Amino acid sequence: MIDRRLVQHFDWVLLVGLVLLIMVGLTTLYSATSVGKVGVVSNIFYKQLSWYGVGWIVLIVVLFFDYRKSESYAYWLYVGIVLMLVGVLIAGRHVAGARRWLGLGPIAFQPSEMMKIVIILALSKFYSKRVSIHGLGIRDIWPAILMTAIPFGLILKQPDLGTGLILVLIASSMTLLARVKKGVLLALCLTGLVVLPAGWLVLKEYQRQRIVTFLSPERDPLGAGYHIIQSKIAVGSGQLVGKGFMKGTQNVLSFLPEQHTDFIFSVLAEDWGLIGSFIVLLLFLSVIVWSLNIGHQCRDAYGIFVIYGISSLFFWEVSINVAMVMGMVPVVGIPLPFVSYGGTAVLVMMTSMGLLMNISMRRFLFE
Amino acid sequence: MTNPKRLLSSQTPDFDWYRKRLFVSACIVLPVFAALFFRLLYLQIIEGDYFKQLSENNCIRIQNFDSPRGLIFDRNGVLLVDNQPSYDAGLVLKDAKPLGQALQHLATYLDLSEDEIEQTIERKKSLAALKPITIKENISRNLLGFLEANRYDIPGLVVDVRLKRRYVYADTTAHILGYLGEVSSAELAGERFMAYRRGDIVGKYGIERSYEDILKGVRGGRQIVVDARGRLSTVLDTIASVPGSNLFLSIDATLQQKAESLLSGTVGAVVAIEPFSGKVLAMVSSPSFDPNHFIDGMSREQWEQLSKNRQRPLENKAIQAEYPPASTYKIVTAIAGLEEGVIDEKTTFNCPGYLKFGDRDYRCWRKGGHGTVNVIRALAESCDVFFYQTGLRLGVDRLATYAKAFGLGAPSGIHLDGEASGLIPTSSWKKKKTGVPWQMGETLSIAIGQGYNMVTPLQNALVIAAIANGGYLMTPVLVERIESPEGDILEETRSAVKGKMAISAKTLGLVQKGLWEAVNGPSGTARLARLDNIGVAGKTGTAQVFSRKSSGSDEERRALHLRSHAWFVAYAPFSSPKIAVSVIVEHGEHGASAAAPIAAEMIKTYLETSVGKAIIDEAKQQG
Repeated sequence: MIDRRLVQHFDWVLLVGLVLLIMVGLTTLYSATSVGKVGVVSNIFYKQLSWYGVGWIVLIVVLFFDYRKSESYAYWLYVGIVLMLVGVLIAGRHVAGARRWLGLGPIAFQPSEMMKIVIILALSKFYSKRVSIHGLGIRDIWPAILMTAIPFGLILKQPDLGTGLILVLIASSMTLLARVKKGVLLALCLTGLVVLPAGWLVLKEYQRQRIVTFLSPERDPLGAGYHIIQSKIAVGSGQLVGKGFMKGTQNVLSFLPEQHTDFIFSVLAEDWGLIGSFIVLLLFLSVIVWSLNIGHQCRDAYGIFVIYGISSLFFWEVSINVAMVMGMVPVVGIPLPFVSYGGTAVLVMMTSMGLLMNISMRRFLFE
Repeated sequence: MTNPKRLLSSQTPDFDWYRKRLFVSACIVLPVFAALFFRLLYLQIIEGDYFKQLSENNCIRIQNFDSPRGLIFDRNGVLLVDNQPSYDAGLVLKDAKPLGQALQHLATYLDLSEDEIEQTIERKKSLAALKPITIKENISRNLLGFLEANRYDIPGLVVDVRLKRRYVYADTTAHILGYLGEVSSAELAGERFMAYRRGDIVGKYGIERSYEDILKGVRGGRQIVVDARGRLSTVLDTIASVPGSNLFLSIDATLQQKAESLLSGTVGAVVAIEPFSGKVLAMVSSPSFDPNHFIDGMSREQWEQLSKNRQRPLENKAIQAEYPPASTYKIVTAIAGLEEGVIDEKTTFNCPGYLKFGDRDYRCWRKGGHGTVNVIRALAESCDVFFYQTGLRLGVDRLATYAKAFGLGAPSGIHLDGEASGLIPTSSWKKKKTGVPWQMGETLSIAIGQGYNMVTPLQNALVIAAIANGGYLMTPVLVERIESPEGDILEETRSAVKGKMAISAKTLGLVQKGLWEAVNGPSGTARLARLDNIGVAGKTGTAQVFSRKSSGSDEERRALHLRSHAWFVAYAPFSSPKIAVSVIVEHGEHGASAAAPIAAEMIKTYLETSVGKAIIDEAKQQG
């Protein structure tokens, strides 16, 4: 039996936000991949469309399970995905010099994407069990650090700096939500400062080269530097109202590299201009703030951590991706949620949204 | 269910704390989004006109410059491989407007039909819209000038300069230098070719492959602004390409050519090395192929002719082909026997032309027998019975220990891909491989280099080099020196000693004497290798393709492919060795007649040209 209160408390705001985001995503992807020819629909668009089909099913399934049950198997999920990440390094598919995909028949999926949501669940379970009004010491949180470091290392080895970075950002955000002693925070920051240069020495020459390029793309005018110039031209030339749907010339002429994945925001900004991009940014902002608001009303520590993790996932991905496309931060491989092409990413986003709605409609059950 | 309203203890969630944190987070999110918004405002409104203009000309493009590949020279600085510019006429589709007119002009200038050009375009259209599609490769300089002068007629025309690899000595050096080809999907998937892109040209074989990292250099390119007709107007940013480093091989081009001409018409291989440094002076595998054909592109028939040829021209027989060492292996048996004390210089065996062992007669190659022989005569006249006896006293495993000390049964470590390891059998190896225990009779075959024994011509060259240099096992060296494009020496190899074998000077002396007698003695088997004024020491070998028992004795009547392989290993001058040679001629029948003269010619050529010349030059300088 479905509790009537669940239906009463269904979060329509999130649903509307989600539907709008998916619409923005699909139209932009359509524009990005059809290369200016009306009526020509790319394979990529159809694939994404079908992923959303699967995504809705996943979302509905997620809705019907009480999210608190996920707490009991959060660690098992975590171990499963870690094993998959190991599998990727052993038997993963190579695409452009990186191993990120695991093949399952005709379907290839990215365990590193799944890790984003699974680390949120695992850390939520960990932190919600270990709260203390006096603050957590280093002895309390080292398992959380290890839990982040293992997948981080595995993902770095693929290599996928962007996804690894997102994991660390999510974990750091969640650690800040848990009450941690000030001294511990300071120590963690200092450790980071020490570990980074040490890691540099361990890297191979070509890996260092990648990081140098990653930190200052202008040193690579033929690669990342070129992408940024083209991306800035695309965004800038959109001006106030944009060139119109599928009228973006930068995109149409395939100036933009990987325009359907990491650089898709520039297609959006070129087609719809300042007004369009502003509305989309506002949409993302609303979803993030609304989620934080759900957390505000939630009465269950595990739920609060899950919400916070998902909000920080959205926040970091959106802000870094958009900033990258506009040349404000270095180019790293981070997708724009709901908009960038990617099957596993779609499923992860739909699961996240499902979890948010799930928690939102159960937040009053405690009363 | 937890009751959040119960009193706070130190172990319960403090929801007020979380709420405060969530609020603080919202306060961080807002300014970040504001920053993004202001960036949008800046790019789209303040700089909007500028970017709009750039996008309308859609003018910023990337041009890649390939890095010139490193050159390859021989030990005397003779150029073996260089790069020649080749001009390719291509078309950027997006700029070629109106297309019909462009095609018409292009067809006239390039002497192609419009149909042909359209077909080419159709085939390669899937490339990005801004990549030039190559229409005609390798156009002449005259045509190049003409096209440059008339480029207004053909919007979108691009003439690319590509550096094309040229192998100066074609067939002669093919197996050492190798060839280039497009990087494969499998290679791209591996770690070695991580930095490569689809379509890149990489070393596929030989030195080109094993020294890819050094030869390659670093690709360059530039960001350029082009006008509406696709012509360059401004260069925004340039990264110069870095040429690859140059290699100086230990090979002597003259000797290499000599070896090729000596092998011409036969199937086989020659390896010549400096005994004291391990430097390879010549390495030829016959028949060969022209690596230049790999650059220009081969027809299907040409490729099939190469890849399906029964004489295996694509195989480097010097390192990839394994043969029974035959009587050249008696060197190893003699050393093992002397060192293990089962024979000494005075030991003699009687050879009546066969050895009765078990219920079988093991025959000597000389039907009438050698009579009473000691180790020196046994080596000189290649008496099988003497080595059967020695082998029986040693046993297969002790023999294998010495063979392995000479580097047999394992890759020599030459820096080329695909080296074969050969095979040195032991009793445990056979048990593991076949499940059947070792038979004493098999030791007899092993002792004279037949049976399971397999060596490569290079390994055999290293064995004879070790006899010449006093017992040092060398790692063969192919690249003597690596120089930067500016001529700075980046790396230099003088010699590469792998190890000193535990062989006494006395033993070595006896074996050397035997090998000297083989060439210079009254009844030595290798008299065809004798040279005036140069003392040569060597050993012949005749490797059976089928055992003597099964194939009868009349070798003349056998089909060519059933005839034995001819071996000869030698070094010279005897008193101070400068060169060690290993020669195999497939189905050449007798080492003495087919292989020994080739080795002698090699020695003569080398000592009379390179070394002799060096001595004269030195004398001149001093005088």
